[in-house]
Amino acid sequence: MTAAVRARRWSQRLALAVLLGFLAFAVFGPIANLFLWAFAEKWYFPNRFPQEWGHSFWGRVFSPRGGAVASLGTSVWIAVLTVVLSLAVAIPAGYALARLKLRWRGLILLAFLLPQAVPNLPVYVNIARVFYEIGLNGTVLGVVLVHASHGLVLAVWIASAAFAAVDASLEEAARNMGASPWTCFRTVTLPLAGPGLIASAIFVFLESVDEFTGTYFVGVPDVTTLPLLMFNASMGGNYQIASITALLLLVPSIAFMLVVERFLKANVLAGVGR
Amino acid sequence: MPYLAIEDLCVSYGGTRVLDHVSIGVERGEMVALLGSSGCGKTTLLRSIAGFVLPQEGTIRVDGRDITHLPPEKRETAMMFQSYALWPHMSVAGNIGYGLRMRGWKAAAIARRVDEMLTLLQLEGFAARPVTQLSGGQRQRVALGRALAIDPHLLLLDEPMSNLDYKVRIELRHELRALQKRIGITAVYVTHDREEALTLADRIAVMDAGRIAQLGAPEDVFHRPHSAFVAGFMGADNALDLMRGSGADLAPAVAGTPQAARLRAHFRSNEAHLAHEVNDVAHDALVLPGTVVQSFYVGHGYRYRVSTGTADVWVEAPEHLAEGTATKVVVPRAALLLFPSDDSRTRIS
Repeated sequence: MTAAVRARRWSQRLALAVLLGFLAFAVFGPIANLFLWAFAEKWYFPNRFPQEWGHSFWGRVFSPRGGAVASLGTSVWIAVLTVVLSLAVAIPAGYALARLKLRWRGLILLAFLLPQAVPNLPVYVNIARVFYEIGLNGTVLGVVLVHASHGLVLAVWIASAAFAAVDASLEEAARNMGASPWTCFRTVTLPLAGPGLIASAIFVFLESVDEFTGTYFVGVPDVTTLPLLMFNASMGGNYQIASITALLLLVPSIAFMLVVERFLKANVLAGVGR
Repeated sequence: MPYLAIEDLCVSYGGTRVLDHVSIGVERGEMVALLGSSGCGKTTLLRSIAGFVLPQEGTIRVDGRDITHLPPEKRETAMMFQSYALWPHMSVAGNIGYGLRMRGWKAAAIARRVDEMLTLLQLEGFAARPVTQLSGGQRQRVALGRALAIDPHLLLLDEPMSNLDYKVRIELRHELRALQKRIGITAVYVTHDREEALTLADRIAVMDAGRIAQLGAPEDVFHRPHSAFVAGFMGADNALDLMRGSGADLAPAVAGTPQAARLRAHFRSNEAHLAHEVNDVAHDALVLPGTVVQSFYVGHGYRYRVSTGTADVWVEAPEHLAEGTATKVVVPRAALLLFPSDDSRTRIS
């Protein structure tokens, strides 16, 4: 091996290492910062690191007055309801989109994308106005409806792909063996599409737990979710409490990503939006 | 009335007629093969019997009972799918027992019946296996077991062998035939494989363009085809026009011969031979002088494409000839299948 080749190889490795370093910094830098703040008792400019370490803020967050436990409960409750509502729509809609030869199939799939496509703020302002008039503002149901409008696109698209991935002859075989349409759906279609449906439920759950803007317009001040608590804390300059809340929000995200990775198979993902 | 009686069945998909007034009867305990190339309607006919396709016209009766408009689950027709359609989230026993669970059988009775099926299909000890861990041949048996477990009125088979290796296919073909005879079940078998239809079936229905071109015993359909289409499909795929009324002197039609004076002749490549000397040629035979254009080694001999001026024909012969050799194709009178040349169903090149 000549020196020139060796030098080139080393320079390539160096470039790759630098690139990976930047990537790692972009991903883990902010999270590391969260950890620093979560355990900082005192941290004033121009110090590079906190002057005092401790966990007294954790106690404050979890104390009844801190409201973290209550808003975590609200967040999870809203997320669960959003999942139930989204699946209740996504299962029949996804099945119909996957199985029936609908003329406007593409348009229907696109319609579910609309809430994501238009700018959120004007929509939420209007929704808030409408909900105020019909008494849904500041209610859990109102927040659930807003979250579901967002979650549905994921739920319907993934459910439709999950149902399409179930070979139609498997359903025919069940009917042929004496199963009524409903029994066939319950014993064959649903179990086989199950992993995809669970994955879509998880995405909807995560989306709901994380959602801020809609909740802000529709829920405040009566409904306080974890992201709203974090927002209030960081607006008040209380970075410790904001960081601890953010870390709490990370827990379901990471846990569910691990589960999704197990459930969502490549063949289902490949069919999303088809 | 036959056990399965289909009368005047018509099916169209969006303006395209797939089945055109099909009538066919299948006797109790009989195995009938629906044979045809893809798109001829054979699978549609099978799927209308199973209830997955609703006909626009006609009736389907099983043992006198009209099932034309019943949903699939009320028909007691067990189907074996081309893909086997085994449920991957169930074990072998779960798959075979499914139809019995739907019929409200007790768990113990289901287990006994599943064991019976596994013994019948030589799959003992496979009950708890996930179906995803089985080989193609084993899946095929499980699919058959699932279909037979419910003791159906009719067994419908949709090209069940087409996904198997050649050797396994031959083996299972004989097993399936023996099994069908032993339990005496009435079966309809869809296939595009001529040899499969000939070995398996009591009778063969050759289908073409949504109609039954010929229905008969394998020997009849093979040796006495009613039309040029059936002849071609049953392996007599050499086709050329002859002069009508030329008596014992069979001669190919020359250019300009009017339609009415032509006869369409079909013959099998293994029933003709090649002659090199004039005295090799027997009387009462069609003699076509020509040139070898292509030759293929096929194991027991060679297969030649011989250009005879009016048409290219295929001939099998034991001897080896180089491409370009001048030769004569001799087709004995008995090997010629003759049809009127205006047969509109003639679709052979």
